[in-house]
Amino acid sequence: MCLAVPMTIKRVEGNRALAEAYGVERFVNIVMMPEVSVGDRVIIHAGFVIERLDPESAREMEAAWDEYHRALGDDGTTGRPDGE
Amino acid sequence: MDDDGIKSQAGALRSLRLERELRIMEVCGTHTTEFFRTGVRGLFPEKLSLIDGPGCPVCVTPNDYLDRAIEISHVHGVIVATFGDMVKVPSSYSSLGRERAGGLSLEVVYSPLDALELAAARPENQVVFLSVGFETTAPTEAATVLAAAERGIKNFSILCGNKLTPPAVKALLDSGETAIDGFILPGHVSAITGLDPWRFAAEDYGKPCVVAGFEAGDLILGVVTLLRMIDEGRNAVKNAYRRAVRDDGNVRAREIMYRVFEACEANWRGLGIIPGSGLALREEYFEFDAEKRFPVTPPPAREHAGCRCGELLRGLIAPTDCGLFGKACTPENAVGPCMVSSEGPCSAYYLYGGL
Repeated sequence: MCLAVPMTIKRVEGNRALAEAYGVERFVNIVMMPEVSVGDRVIIHAGFVIERLDPESAREMEAAWDEYHRALGDDGTTGRPDGE
Repeated sequence: MDDDGIKSQAGALRSLRLERELRIMEVCGTHTTEFFRTGVRGLFPEKLSLIDGPGCPVCVTPNDYLDRAIEISHVHGVIVATFGDMVKVPSSYSSLGRERAGGLSLEVVYSPLDALELAAARPENQVVFLSVGFETTAPTEAATVLAAAERGIKNFSILCGNKLTPPAVKALLDSGETAIDGFILPGHVSAITGLDPWRFAAEDYGKPCVVAGFEAGDLILGVVTLLRMIDEGRNAVKNAYRRAVRDDGNVRAREIMYRVFEACEANWRGLGIIPGSGLALREEYFEFDAEKRFPVTPPPAREHAGCRCGELLRGLIAPTDCGLFGKACTPENAVGPCMVSSEGPCSAYYLYGGL
């Protein structure tokens, strides 16, 4: 039930915005995230924007993997969190 | 992430060697499904078990809630509006879907705002929205109540069945029934709550926790991060879904939620009454409370013979341990809510083969 869909903001009108994903457009409520602006990637749950997707995040995810592999001292294909 | 990145991550997970049996729990119906759908569950190393926790709002809604909804639906002029997940869930004696066949006015909506618009368009009717869901959904329902108040829409009300997830996790840990080494925390619940409400699990109970997203890479990253924290004895809450979850969550959404609702005790299927785990309308919004507007008396609730959804939601059994699974209980003809909800563990095991 907590499924949320990523969409892109196309237009903002008061407390709602037109959002688009895969060619489908629909109005969404932005009272929980009123600072959204055109071009923002957001996640929609039950007709509401619940969060903006952070454009830096992809890099952070890669950084998290880099940290993981560095800690294990491997080449990115193995892991051993059992501390063998 | 490109294919090579995913393959590298999949390799990282598959090649893990665990020294002992580990049991990790996810507390999100979407995770239940996505671990199967993406195939990540099939990459788990030996000795790792994923336990499905009470993470599906439909599954944890007790029969008496649906019994009351059905009783209210019998009041002349009432239209029940609901998310689609609830339609086929068995109540004590029936289901919303079965009642619709018998004449119940039922509207399936995508957003609680759609239910409000229905009320605005049908002033001769009373629209009752079935307000279920965790912290992700409750702010949308609160915002809808605020909109109803602002627009003066009097023929709209909600039947409160919302639940808060951290108290349920605490109740599970307090029961001591299930051995759990760490938690994969729900991504979109945490987008609202932030990390603080989960810190008790790490700090007071010594259970590492990782907030995870829903794509294959997110799930793998969540699991390997959690396994590493367990190995290092690092009892903390880590955010592995940063693109959508801020450490302090969505403050404005919580402000909207608690302007309209306040915490109350709530009855969970399988877990029973848990203090502070539900949401009730605050006094200034009582006029939108369907339970007060329609003081019906539902028949005494009853459980279905043989149904083990309660034990499943406490992490005590797997779906395949239930004698009804795949025989008397299938998605087409479900006995328990964990089979009927698309995010229920039984439905996921049935559809994806119980990897």
